[in-house]
Amino acid sequence: MTLTELLQLTTGGVVLGAMYGLIAVGYTMVYGIVQLINFAHGEIFMLGAFGALFVYAWVPALHEISLWLALPIMLAAGTVISVVAAVAAERFAYRPLRGAPRLAPLITAIGLAIVLQQLIFLYAPLRELRDDRWETTVGAKQPQLFPQLPGEALQLGGVTVQWADVLTLGFAVVAMLGLAYFVRRTRTGRAMQAAAQDPDIARLMGIDVDKIIVIAFAIGGALAAAAGLAHGLRYGQITFDMGFIAGLKAFTAAVLGGIGNVYGAMLGGIVLGVVESLAAGGLSYVDAVQQFGGGAWKDVWAFVVLILVLLIRPRGLLGERTGDRA
Amino acid sequence: MALLEVEGLHVAYGKVEAVKGISLSVGAGQVVTLIGANGAGKTTTLRTISGLLGPSAGTVGFDGRPLAGVPAHEIVAMGLSHAPEGRRIFPRMTIEENLLLGAFLRRDAGVAADVKRVYDLFPVLGERRSQAAGTLSGGEQQMLAMGRALMCRPKMIMLDEPSMGLSPIVTQLIMSTIADLRSEGITILLVEQNAQAALTLADHGHVMETGRITLSGTGPDLLTNEAVRKAYLGED
Ligand SMILES: Nc1ncnc2c1ncn2[C@@H]1O[C@H](COP(=O)(O)OP(=O)(O)OP(=O)(O)O)[C@@H](O)[C@H]1O
Ligand SMILES: [Mg+2]
Repeated sequence: MTLTELLQLTTGGVVLGAMYGLIAVGYTMVYGIVQLINFAHGEIFMLGAFGALFVYAWVPALHEISLWLALPIMLAAGTVISVVAAVAAERFAYRPLRGAPRLAPLITAIGLAIVLQQLIFLYAPLRELRDDRWETTVGAKQPQLFPQLPGEALQLGGVTVQWADVLTLGFAVVAMLGLAYFVRRTRTGRAMQAAAQDPDIARLMGIDVDKIIVIAFAIGGALAAAAGLAHGLRYGQITFDMGFIAGLKAFTAAVLGGIGNVYGAMLGGIVLGVVESLAAGGLSYVDAVQQFGGGAWKDVWAFVVLILVLLIRPRGLLGERTGDRA
Repeated sequence: MALLEVEGLHVAYGKVEAVKGISLSVGAGQVVTLIGANGAGKTTTLRTISGLLGPSAGTVGFDGRPLAGVPAHEIVAMGLSHAPEGRRIFPRMTIEENLLLGAFLRRDAGVAADVKRVYDLFPVLGERRSQAAGTLSGGEQQMLAMGRALMCRPKMIMLDEPSMGLSPIVTQLIMSTIADLRSEGITILLVEQNAQAALTLADHGHVMETGRITLSGTGPDLLTNEAVRKAYLGED
C-alpha cells in the first residue's frame, strides 16, 4: 500500500466518521440528560435524508438550478422532518415513560424505529426520474436515487476528495463550533449542562428541564438531518433502512467517545470511521488477513471496536468517570 | 395570611406513605423549624413543597397562590428557594458557575453584586471561584449550596439539614448566617437534626415522627419541653 492510498483511506474514514459523529451527537445529548438510548435516532437520520429528497423531487424549480443552490432548501426540509419526528417521539413516546423501568423506553425506541422505517417503506410519496420522465411512486421499496453535486472531485496531492465529502466535513465543523458556543456561552446551553448533571436541582434553579429535553432532541434531529443529506450526496442513493446500521455505528461512536459528551461523540465518530476505513481497505493489502478486509467485514470492525472500548475503557475516550454524578 | 401554608399534606412513594397528613404555616419573616428522627418525612415534605414530588392529598399555598400542578421551576420563580439535603452542588461546574445558575431566572444587573455578597459571606468560595465545585470540602459545599439558594433573591428559603456533617465551627457560621438572613427579612423553613441550634433560632418548631407532626410550639417552648429534650437533645 502506498502512502497516497493510506491517505486516501484515512480521508475517507474521516469523512465517514464525521457523518457518524453528526448522528452520534443526538444519541449522546439525549442520553446525557434522560439516560435514554434513543434507538430510533438512526431513523431520524433516515427521515432527514428522505425529507431532503422529498423537497427535491416535488419542487420542479429545484431541478432548474444548480444543486448547490437547492441544498439549503433540501437541508431545511430534512431538518424540519427530522426535528418534528424527534420532538414528537419525545413528547408522545418517551415522556409518558419517564420514571418507568429503563427497559420500557428502550423497547419503545426499537418499536418506533420499526414504525418509522415501515412508514417510509410503505407510504413515502416519492417521484423518480425514469427515462427522462418523473414518475410518482408510493413507498420507498427500492433504493431511491439521490441527486449528485456537480463538478469534478478535488485532487489534493493525489488524494481524491468528493464535493460531498467537503460538505460533510463542513457540516461537522459548523455543528461542533455551534455546539461549543451553545453549551458554553448561551443560557440554554448552561441550563442543559445543569440538567445533565442533576435534573432535580436544575429544576430548583428555575430551569424548565422538560423544555431542555425537547431542545436536546431537536438539536440531535437537526444534526442527524444534515448527516442524512450528506449520506445521500455521498452514496447517491438512500433506503428506508439506512438508519439501522448508521444508527448502530453512531451509537458505537457515542460510547467510544464517552456517552454524554458531545465532543466525544464527534471524536468517537471519526476514530470509528478511520478504523473502519483502514480495516476495510488496508487489510485487503495484507495477504495473510486479506479475507478480513473489504466491505463485507467493515461493519464487523466497528463492533470489534465497540467491544474493545467497553472492555478497556468503559467510560469512553472523553467520558467522565461514572460515579461523580451527584 | 402566612407566606407558606401547608394543609393536610400526604405524600407517598408508590404504596408507602412517607408523609401522613401534615399541616404547617410559615409567616412572612419567620424562622420555622422542622425537626425529627431519620426517616420522619422532613425531606419528603420539603421536596413536595418545592414541586419535585406530587402530593397524594392536601394542599400547599405560597404567597397566596395554590401550588397544585405548578412545576418546580415556576415555584422558584415565585420566590421560594430550596437548598436540598446533601448539598447537591453541580460538581463539574465551577463555584461561580454554580452561583450563576442560582440566579438563572434573573435578568437584572444586580447578579454580579450578589455573587460578590456570597463571597463576602463565605470568603473561601471567593478564593476558589473558578475551581470545580466537586473538589470543595463538605462544609464548603454547604456554603455554596446556601449561597446558590440565595442567588435568586428569594422571599423564602427552605434549608434541608444545612449543618449535616459539619464541624461545630462551621455549623456556627451557617447558623449565624441564617440569623442574618432572618434579619434581612427572608422567611426560612429549616429542617435540622441539630435540634438545639435550630430551636434556638426558630420562632416556631414542629417535631415530626413517621410522617406526622407530633408536637408544635415556639422555639423556647420546645427547647424546654421534656419529651423534646429526651428525644432530640440527648438528655435523659
Ligand atoms: N425515593 C424514595 N423512594 C422510596 N421511599 C423513600 C424515598 N425517599 C424517602 N423514602 C422514604 O420515605 C420516608 C421519609 O424519608 P425522608 O427522606 O423524607 O426522611 P427525613 O425526615 O428527611 O430523614 P433524614 O433525617 O434521615 O433526612 C423514609 O421512610 C424513607 O425511607
Ligand atoms: Mg432528610
